[in-house]
Amino acid sequence: MPIEKVSIVVSKGSLEGIYPGLIMANGARAEGIEANLFFTFFGLDAIHKQRMEHIKVATVGNPGLHMATLVGALPGMSGIATHMMNKKMDEFDIPPIPEFVEMISDTGAGMYACLASVDLFGFTKDDFVDYLDGIITVGEFYEMADGGQIIFT
Amino acid sequence: MTTMTIAGHTVDRNDEGFFEDPDQWTEDIAVEVAREEGIDELTPRHWEVIHFVRAEYAEKGTGPTVRVLGKTSGVPVKELYQLFPKGPAKVAAKIAGIPKPRGCI
Repeated sequence: MPIEKVSIVVSKGSLEGIYPGLIMANGARAEGIEANLFFTFFGLDAIHKQRMEHIKVATVGNPGLHMATLVGALPGMSGIATHMMNKKMDEFDIPPIPEFVEMISDTGAGMYACLASVDLFGFTKDDFVDYLDGIITVGEFYEMADGGQIIFT
Repeated sequence: MTTMTIAGHTVDRNDEGFFEDPDQWTEDIAVEVAREEGIDELTPRHWEVIHFVRAEYAEKGTGPTVRVLGKTSGVPVKELYQLFPKGPAKVAAKIAGIPKPRGCI
């Protein structure tokens, strides 16, 4: 049976932690699959009005970068790696995070923030993009995800 | 590949229903393919997208992504999904008689 619905959890706040969930949600909508995004913990940065503009690649503790940890820890390294990654993404027509998140909302995907994380970080509704569909509990997330697949990123 | 007759024209389509040869496409075929996809009536806005998709294909050899459609077709992403709820890039390509666009965005 084809997949008809996905609910995707975005729990990380790094560039490489946020993009996969966004790409999967956007790709689901492109195939006519119903999609919901649930942002939790540091993943909230992806929908935070100010922070979403400054999402960075993690250069420490990221073996995938093939860079010595000590080099990755040098001041400015994260900025350089992020700049390079963004440039590469632009070449392949992958939108920057703020544009991408808004586009995914426009595709009709549901956009939700995790209530526990919002409280934990002391955020309010006003900290997030205007098109956020709601701040919901884990229980409400499961209700919403009912009948579909859940993907954790 | 399947050869079939749509609106009086002979058309070759792949297993998913995409055209093998965009030159076999006509506007009356598009109306029939749209019905297969659950779109009963093609509005002027649908046609705008369909003609744009064909023009992009003719120029670049591949159908546009939703992002490109939203930015350059004159129809914003929100409306694209209202016009083609099962996925604008994919469904518009099928109705416009061009191959399925392959891309992750």
